[in-house]
Amino acid sequence: MDCQLDIFFLEAVLNGILLAGLLALLALGLNLVFGVIDVVWICYAELVMVGMYGIHYAHKGGAPFLLAALLGILLIAAAGALLHLLVIRPVLDSAPINQLLVTGGVLFFLQAAATMAFGVEFRNIGIRLGSASLFDMSFSWARIVTFAVALGGMLALWLFLTRTYMGTAIRAISQDRQIMPLMGVDQRKVYLVTSAIGGGLAGLAAALMVLQYDIYPQIGLQFGPLIFMICVLGGLGNMIGGFVAAFIISQFIAIGGSCFATEWGYAIAFLFFMVAIFIRPQGLFARRA
Amino acid sequence: MLNLSNIDAGYGGFQALFDVSMTVEAGEAVAVIGANGAGKTTLLRVISGLLPASRGDMTMEGVRLTAIAPHRIVETGIAHVPESRRLFPRLTVEGNLKMGAFIPAARERFAERLAYVYGLFPRLKERRNQLAGTMSGGEQQMCAIARALMSGPKLVLLDEPSMGLAPVVVAQVFELVRRIRAEGYTVLIVEQNVAQVLKIVDRAYLLEVGRIKASGPAAALLASDEVRRAYMGL
Repeated sequence: MDCQLDIFFLEAVLNGILLAGLLALLALGLNLVFGVIDVVWICYAELVMVGMYGIHYAHKGGAPFLLAALLGILLIAAAGALLHLLVIRPVLDSAPINQLLVTGGVLFFLQAAATMAFGVEFRNIGIRLGSASLFDMSFSWARIVTFAVALGGMLALWLFLTRTYMGTAIRAISQDRQIMPLMGVDQRKVYLVTSAIGGGLAGLAAALMVLQYDIYPQIGLQFGPLIFMICVLGGLGNMIGGFVAAFIISQFIAIGGSCFATEWGYAIAFLFFMVAIFIRPQGLFARRA
Repeated sequence: MLNLSNIDAGYGGFQALFDVSMTVEAGEAVAVIGANGAGKTTLLRVISGLLPASRGDMTMEGVRLTAIAPHRIVETGIAHVPESRRLFPRLTVEGNLKMGAFIPAARERFAERLAYVYGLFPRLKERRNQLAGTMSGGEQQMCAIARALMSGPKLVLLDEPSMGLAPVVVAQVFELVRRIRAEGYTVLIVEQNVAQVLKIVDRAYLLEVGRIKASGPAAALLASDEVRRAYMGL
């Protein structure tokens, strides 16, 4: 064990904060969809994986990175809408376990399809942004950019949810589903828009993740459990709670990883999660009923 | 303005309305009175599309309501203030009013409508940034009515506006209803508080176990032995 309150500890804390931006963005999409439609997209991280491949191949095919990223976001936004139309809408009135299982089926389908289509190799988009130094600390620009863009994306969503009619309807619908027609709101349209936004957020996360991570068909398994843990810890469906939980969990990962080993960081984070859920089953920030 | 002919409706195997026909003319205030469970709320739910009619026809200024999707009915000029208000508790007062103006025609005139309802209910302007769920019952009823007016309706459906409110607040709510009448809205109101509601409407229908049992000018119903004995305990 090598843990002192020195500059490397501070570096770990700051890297944890940078990681939290990405995790908060990932959790936000899942929370948004759950909060509005009341269905958990178990396959959320697999949508991100598909987005990463899409961006990778668009870039390889000659598109500049920003264009490839935009295409990836649109692709996954469309995938989110399609997921809703083809998979979720038919089971909206089914038992929650069926909804979980059906999106779980999509998870394995996407993983298997990606393996078939892209192979099991690790792929890298090959963009190096280098790193910034501050005192004796070093931070990769990819992480800094990811953090800034993730915060920007979340801010954009917040503005959409608070300033527009559709955004207000998205916030209202979970508070009283039945009377939405009295407001002139077509519930099916709100669900579809929410699914596309949830997908778009996954696409944005994918665009940021290709800068930091290798792409492989099982990358969803690396992030999926983490995203769910953050959402549940923050209170499933509670977007603010998920945001705070992302910062808590990423500190466990970063400090644990710095003091022990990365694997320990994850182990401690999940242990903390289990204890927290024993104490507060509804999450640290319960979804306000 | 509003025409119902031979409406049947119910929930699953349970029929709640039988052969209901009624009309509401522009500028009128009409009440539907009756005991608990007579089908009054069901009737309003059918008109605003929350519950489909199983038989019969409804028109609003010539538009067949049975032929359009439920969320399009508000566009014909019908605004429904539902039973127990049903505000969005975690939206602010202004957020709720924004939801009331969701339809395209109302969005265009949002600022104007907002100024109008704030003029009508200055209390709401004071509380515009407060979460709706944290207001008192009377204020919530005021907000629910204001939300309905935001869509720019011609006909306002009011479902038991006095329910669950303290007696002193009930009087204020009836005053609210009188005011929106004075503003020129056509009103269809459902109430258990028969004695009070008959004083503020022109005509009334008496609903009993899903059927219209009597109808006529409010004053005549108020004086009728049947209504006095059954609903006013006199």
